[in-house]
Amino acid sequence: MLERLRRPWPDHRAEFLLGAVACLLAVAIVAMVVFVARGAWPTFSHDGLSLFGSGGNVDTRIGAMQNTTRNPPASAYAIHAWPLIYGTILSAGLALLVALCVSLASAVFIVDFAPPLVRRVMGPVIRLLAAVPSVLYGLVGILVLVPLTANHIVTTEQRRSVEYVIPLSGGVAVTVVLLALMITPIMTALITDALESVPRPWREGAIALGLNPLRATIAVSLRAIRPAIVAAAGLATARAIGEAIVVSMVSGGVSFAPNPADGTIFLFEPFESLASTIIRNADSISAPAIHSTLYAFAALLLFSSLILSLAAYLVRLPLRRYQSTS
Amino acid sequence: MADAAPPLAPPRRRHGRRESVWRWRRSDLAIFALSWIAGMGLCVITSALVAFFAVKGAQYLRPNLLVQSPSPSVSQAGSGGFLDPIEGTILLGAIGLVIAVPLGVTTALWVLEFGRPRWLARIVDSTVEIIAGTPDVVLAIFGLALFELGLFAPLSFGQPGGAFGRSFLTCGIIVSAVAIPSIYTATRNGLISTPRQLREASYALGKTKTATIRRVVLPAIRRDIATGSALGLGRIIGDTAIVILLLGATLQTQTQSSTPILGLLRGTGSTLTSYAFNASPAGDGNAPTKAYAAAALLLVLVLVLNWCVGRIGRIGGPPLHTERRLGA
Repeated sequence: MLERLRRPWPDHRAEFLLGAVACLLAVAIVAMVVFVARGAWPTFSHDGLSLFGSGGNVDTRIGAMQNTTRNPPASAYAIHAWPLIYGTILSAGLALLVALCVSLASAVFIVDFAPPLVRRVMGPVIRLLAAVPSVLYGLVGILVLVPLTANHIVTTEQRRSVEYVIPLSGGVAVTVVLLALMITPIMTALITDALESVPRPWREGAIALGLNPLRATIAVSLRAIRPAIVAAAGLATARAIGEAIVVSMVSGGVSFAPNPADGTIFLFEPFESLASTIIRNADSISAPAIHSTLYAFAALLLFSSLILSLAAYLVRLPLRRYQSTS
Repeated sequence: MADAAPPLAPPRRRHGRRESVWRWRRSDLAIFALSWIAGMGLCVITSALVAFFAVKGAQYLRPNLLVQSPSPSVSQAGSGGFLDPIEGTILLGAIGLVIAVPLGVTTALWVLEFGRPRWLARIVDSTVEIIAGTPDVVLAIFGLALFELGLFAPLSFGQPGGAFGRSFLTCGIIVSAVAIPSIYTATRNGLISTPRQLREASYALGKTKTATIRRVVLPAIRRDIATGSALGLGRIIGDTAIVILLLGATLQTQTQSSTPILGLLRGTGSTLTSYAFNASPAGDGNAPTKAYAAAALLLVLVLVLNWCVGRIGRIGGPPLHTERRLGA
């Protein structure tokens, strides 16, 4: 038996085996969609579109679900998850906005303007920043930034004005800063790679025609890599909407929908995202109604991240073929 | 031809007028300054982060924390160290890598070396992208759903009544998914940039494709695989959500049975990330100093891994290909 294995394999057998293993990944993705959707089915079927509606209090609803027994009635599943969905979109959107500006600027800096010494440092810095575990950002947030905003930035009057509704702490502002910090390195790395793959003569031609280096970068290099920027933004958004740990640590822990009309307070209002709600209620997942509700949240996250990463893949496809011919 | 026209002198270079940033339009200057600020800002933030945790680690990380098991206690002094989370981190990293490396490398090999039918190869390629984009919470939920099935009950920590789906083994299987994309990408980049002549020389000697892959291509991309694995290991040990949902994040490592290895693999436990999460005010421990200490240790691990990634690229002379990508 061992002797047979040791003999060189014919190509077709090796191809079949490698292909089978590779297809395992595709099968796993399909299984993931099926299993998560199956777990979420009770909530989707009982709630219908009202799952996406607003009204009611998410926290008390989930609290009430704790006591459900096996085969709970349809009413036990009722939940209006709009504050969570809104919180997810809000935090990810604002973080993306911040991170897009920072990463575009720093990618241009790394590729075109940084002195050689700084450029050599920037690579490891970006890589390290991307590798820092999310718990560390969460710790910095909850032990440093949240107390800082709560004690020094939020005024007593502001706090008193909403005393009976919500506690003001780090909330939106701190979460967005940390999320932006988490997704900036990913985007910077992707955009830097793309910028470096732009043929040098293109930009040099523009400079020779009289554009200054910055204008040349904006007009030629950044234009050429627009698909890569979109793809990077898509991947980063997928990361931001799915980030559970940081959000659950710093967002304030109240499923409130921050209202931009509130003025400055808006930045410090607490919220919850879909992912952080899953983490927060992980302990009580054995209660059937909570089980199904959390699966429904996971299904929403899976669906949106699936669309985002597929879009990023498709957008990048032509560019990638072009890069890999080098 | 006495008075031949003097040869055309090249246009005289105006000296001392190098293209200066200060001559740019003001709006351009502002953008230029912003790019400097963004780039240097990232450097400053990174060094501040490292310095912050270095100071906190120096303050709170004591040798005895590394060798004591955690124990539930109200007082900070009595709650022990984090030996179990360290062991959990190592064990989980090992399980994750053992699963992820073969999967990632095999997939990349198939997609790039064989890749027929094309549509299937494209599907697999995009699958990896999808895995990279899937939030870890969703992966964890999927793991719960999968391993709750009675079929997989032998893999996990469970009561006779019904399986919970939580154990080192199930957690390791799911957590390997966060490492697969970086291993796949690194292997892929290595394969793409391996010179074709290398393969052709092997074919010319009468080797089959399989033998070429095993004897020529794989040794040539060893370094890429190692880089990808180090990056993937960093992702695994930094993951929290999967650990909380699938490993149970219990304070101490609990073995399922007294069987030496299987009992541990089926047991529940915690890692440094989940320990730091639970010890922070967000968890129930509320021991910020312990959280800082665990986080500092975690950062040291990540720094070492990152250093390895940089180091691997330079082992044994210059690499076959000089391409270095940031987003590997």
